[in-house]
Amino acid sequence: MQTPAEYSMFLALILFVIGLIGLLVRRNVLFMLISVEIMLNAAGLAFVSAGAKWMQPDGQVAFIFILAVAAAEVSVALALVLQLFKTYKTLDTDSTNSLKD
Amino acid sequence: MMTLLWLIPALPLAGFLMLAIGGTKLPRLVAGIIGVGSVGLAAFLSLAIGVVFITAPPVGDVFVQHLWTWIDIGHFQPSVAFRLDSLSLVFVFVVTFVGFLIHLYSLEFMKEDEGFSRFFAWMNLFVCSMLILVLADNLLLLYLGWEGVGLCSFLLIGFWYKDSSNGAAAQKAFIITRIGDAALAIGLFLLFWEVQTLNIDEILENAPAILSRNDNVILAIGLLLLVGAVGKSAQLPLQTWLPDAMAGPSPVSALIHAATMVTAGVYLLSRMHVVFELSPLVMQTIAVIGAATLLVAGLSALAQRDIKRVLAYSTISQVGYMFLALGVGAWSAAVFHFMIHAFFKALLFLGAGAVIASLHHEHDMFKMGGLRKQLPVTFLTFLIASASLAALPIITAGFYSKDQILWFSWSSELGSPWLWFTGLLGAFITAVYTFRMVFLTFFGEARQQVTHTPGWKIKVPLVILGFLSLCGGFIELPHTLGNLHLFSGFTERTLPGVQVSEAAASSEWILQLVAALAAVGGVGVAYWAFFRKPDNALQVQESTWAGFLLRGWNFDRLYATVFVNPVVWLSGINKNDFINRIYDGIGRLASMVHKMLSRTQNGKIRWYAMGIVIGAVLTLTIVILL
Repeated sequence: MQTPAEYSMFLALILFVIGLIGLLVRRNVLFMLISVEIMLNAAGLAFVSAGAKWMQPDGQVAFIFILAVAAAEVSVALALVLQLFKTYKTLDTDSTNSLKD
Repeated sequence: MMTLLWLIPALPLAGFLMLAIGGTKLPRLVAGIIGVGSVGLAAFLSLAIGVVFITAPPVGDVFVQHLWTWIDIGHFQPSVAFRLDSLSLVFVFVVTFVGFLIHLYSLEFMKEDEGFSRFFAWMNLFVCSMLILVLADNLLLLYLGWEGVGLCSFLLIGFWYKDSSNGAAAQKAFIITRIGDAALAIGLFLLFWEVQTLNIDEILENAPAILSRNDNVILAIGLLLLVGAVGKSAQLPLQTWLPDAMAGPSPVSALIHAATMVTAGVYLLSRMHVVFELSPLVMQTIAVIGAATLLVAGLSALAQRDIKRVLAYSTISQVGYMFLALGVGAWSAAVFHFMIHAFFKALLFLGAGAVIASLHHEHDMFKMGGLRKQLPVTFLTFLIASASLAALPIITAGFYSKDQILWFSWSSELGSPWLWFTGLLGAFITAVYTFRMVFLTFFGEARQQVTHTPGWKIKVPLVILGFLSLCGGFIELPHTLGNLHLFSGFTERTLPGVQVSEAAASSEWILQLVAALAAVGGVGVAYWAFFRKPDNALQVQESTWAGFLLRGWNFDRLYATVFVNPVVWLSGINKNDFINRIYDGIGRLASMVHKMLSRTQNGKIRWYAMGIVIGAVLTLTIVILL
């Protein structure tokens, strides 16, 4: 039996909000990246469940796109994190604020 | 020959262009040759054309050379055309010939000046503008020349610009003459409105028709043209700029502020004589302005210490005589006095320049003295010019020109005994201040040693002008002495003759005798007061009255209180320019908002993320709700 689309959409919403709150409250840049991943997966879940609801493959195609984007984003982001740590010896985003007016 | 007329103004213009483009790169010799040569050629050409004009006069005694149409808008089609008649020929002759002598003099006078080529460039531009002014076929072209000479006057008064007081004098001259120029421009607008043309011939033809339509208009036109002439010719009440204009080099004073530019007003009035003849009120105003000016300026000249300021006030006073003559309808007498005045006043300024140059730029007459033996040529020519200015009878040219004016101010139908008496009083004062200057400068004990004596380039112009100051008058002799009317016969081809009232005609020789006695008496008074008792002269100089006259009747102070200080006060109130505050406010608002917004750029990544979230929520809300 198929799970109703509302449930999985609600789960996606919860995941997205958790990711958003994590992004806003965490100061460690690694946890912020993880939060962003959670939000990306929430969006992927929403695509997949919507595709299942209307029996269309587009949702899964979009999810594969999101996976690819996430992989690329993480590879760049991790490189930046390494560089950040090398330069400032910290991962705290609030203290790495030299790019300001 | 006549078709070469356009070359007369074109030659100095070419000289100006060459000197202006070449600038300081030209060697002094070349700059001098260009500067003097261009005016010299123009003088030669004007002499030749003058001879042709007199021996073989063109039809109607007018020669018009149309060069091109300047502007073509509907009825308004002023052309660049030159008009040669007997009036403009006299002016062209004086401008080029006296101008040439002054240029020659300047070669030596300015030889050590660093602005040598600049000086000749501006002098050439001046000669060109003045020639355009007197040759113009329409009033717009005349106005071009009118403004051109004003510009050159400004540039040359402030020639030694490193001294800021010279710059102030230049600005004063420019701004005060601007009052007259503005009035003249309005007068031209009115004329064009009424006649639909600015061509001089057509205006003179149609002026009586305007009068029949509306006599207030012709009064207004006459008065506006008069104000223009008064400003340019330094007559009351716009005379204050001329004494200060002496800040310029002496040749400039001789050319611009004595011989030519200040008489542009006389030219304008006699050129437009029909307009003035139509309104007796304006004629009376001209005569009264002339009479008042010649007295006021003559008395001021009595108390000056600076030799050039004596000559400046004397110029104002002599131009006052010309205005008096114009006002009583003696057009030809005014032009005659203009010509003779150009000779002797240019000579006086050149002589004064030679004296000043030989005494380390000393202007104060009370520090000169005894120069008679040290500068014999300068002394003799200066004495001749002074005699001419004082109108010593029979021998000098000034006597014949001034006597003619006095005679017509009595005998003309527009004249009156009062005008004559003012002129006579002025003649007496003229003789006194002229010989006061001569005695203080050249007689008495020498107070300073002459450092260098002038060379031939200075002496030749002095001698030629001295000859003309003596003999120039013999072309026009009064009825009682020879009855020769070469000059008035010539100018009256263009200008109307004087209406002499019958009753006065018999008394001519008595009036001449009185005028002659006034001149000789004036010299006598000067001899008694300044030669016999030179110490007296210094004491007189200390008195309050002398101070009052020295400052030119306090006209400057009056204008400062009435016009300058209120304006300065008003602008002081609005120092911060309240309208500008609005624009300042806009700028300040923008910079304030900028500061607020720039505070949000704080480098904290979570803050930016929060911004994105809020923005997304807001956008979604709007999209969903609307």
